[in-house]
Amino acid sequence: MCLAIPIRVEALLPDAMARVTLGGVSKCVSIALLEDVQVGDYLLIHVGYALARLDPDEAAQTLAMMRESAQA
Amino acid sequence: MKHIDEYRDGGLARAIAATITREAVARRHYHFMEFCGGHTHAISRYGIEDLLPANVRMVHGPGCPVCVLPVGRIDDAIALAMRPDVTLCTYADLMRVPASAGRSLLRAKAAGADIRMIYSTLDAIHIAETEPHREVVFFAIGFETTTPPTALAIKLARQKHLTNFSVFCNHVLTPPAIRAVLDAPDNAAIRIDGVIGPAHVSTITGTAPYQSLAADFAKPIVVAGFEPLDVMQAILMLVRQINEARHDVENQYARLVTARGNMIAQLAMAEMFERRASFAWRGLGELPHSALRLRAAYADLDAERRFAITPTATADNPACECGDVLRGLTRPVDCKLFGTSCSPESPMGSCMVSPEGACAAHWTYGRFRDRARAHAGRLPA
Repeated sequence: MCLAIPIRVEALLPDAMARVTLGGVSKCVSIALLEDVQVGDYLLIHVGYALARLDPDEAAQTLAMMRESAQA
Repeated sequence: MKHIDEYRDGGLARAIAATITREAVARRHYHFMEFCGGHTHAISRYGIEDLLPANVRMVHGPGCPVCVLPVGRIDDAIALAMRPDVTLCTYADLMRVPASAGRSLLRAKAAGADIRMIYSTLDAIHIAETEPHREVVFFAIGFETTTPPTALAIKLARQKHLTNFSVFCNHVLTPPAIRAVLDAPDNAAIRIDGVIGPAHVSTITGTAPYQSLAADFAKPIVVAGFEPLDVMQAILMLVRQINEARHDVENQYARLVTARGNMIAQLAMAEMFERRASFAWRGLGELPHSALRLRAAYADLDAERRFAITPTATADNPACECGDVLRGLTRPVDCKLFGTSCSPESPMGSCMVSPEGACAAHWTYGRFRDRARAHAGRLPA
């Protein structure tokens, strides 16, 4: 039910909507729950709404932490 | 897919598993509950339990909104849908959930009820706009993840002055359910040592609501993503907390979850919804202040008030052990119905319907590993 995946914003649209594309499928989603969305942001999309913006620095840190755990 | 594939690296998962095996103290047990069905699904799908040492065990939790919705609420929704003036909009997840007397939304639809599967609450608003002669009811379920989209639909319906739109609200809250599981007297039987906290619920709530749970029950909670490496990393973080005798709230999913969460979503929820005094959860029973309903200011958009729905209490199928499965007391394979009269094709209980349900996850993935293990056991050394 809480299934959601990060998808890249391709274009901003009127009425707090944005176009996102995943695997060749393009969809319009609501960005009303977020502020200052930019093209290129990765947003967590759930039932047609963006719930959160992915922080690329934190993602890089998490991956580094995982590699560290693998060698510990 | 960027930001997904990186977290599904099997080699890295095995290496983290080796670290878990090294750090987990052999003479003690580590029983961790993954609260969310999304984690349950990932654990089954990617075979995470096979990578873990025998003394690290995962206990499946009740975090699947489809699974915990009592049968009576589905009965109420079917009764609504059978009204000739009503169009019931629902997420696909609910269509096959067994209601009483062998009914389901899917069967009601086949019998002529106007039930439509939608992807987004915006679809329900669109139907209400384009079909003004229909009473469009949105069958709202879900945890905090799914609640803000319902809140925005209510807001939009008000802005557009829609008089033929209403919400049958079944939204439930995560922290009271985690508390109920940790607080249950029979928790002694399963002895949960730590909790993998919700992934996408936490993007909305933040990690702050878990602080009092970790403190009150002296159990570590690690909020984690739904990808397999996220789960592996969270298990390692829990093992380390246990070894260090800590019970902190830690955030493995920092790329999407913050301490405060999504304030816009929280405000939208607070504006539209208030807590019910109590709500029945399948498996967990009545939990105080654990669910939401529309505030009085939005009473005209509340389907329960508009159609005078009085809650139907319906007993579960007595042979179905979903209730105990949801609390981690029974494993799917221990239920008499599992794989006999209950399968994803013809489910008897809700845990077999949702792909996130513990029974469906085990049926789809886990049982093949059981078989492989049994087979391996019979082979000569």
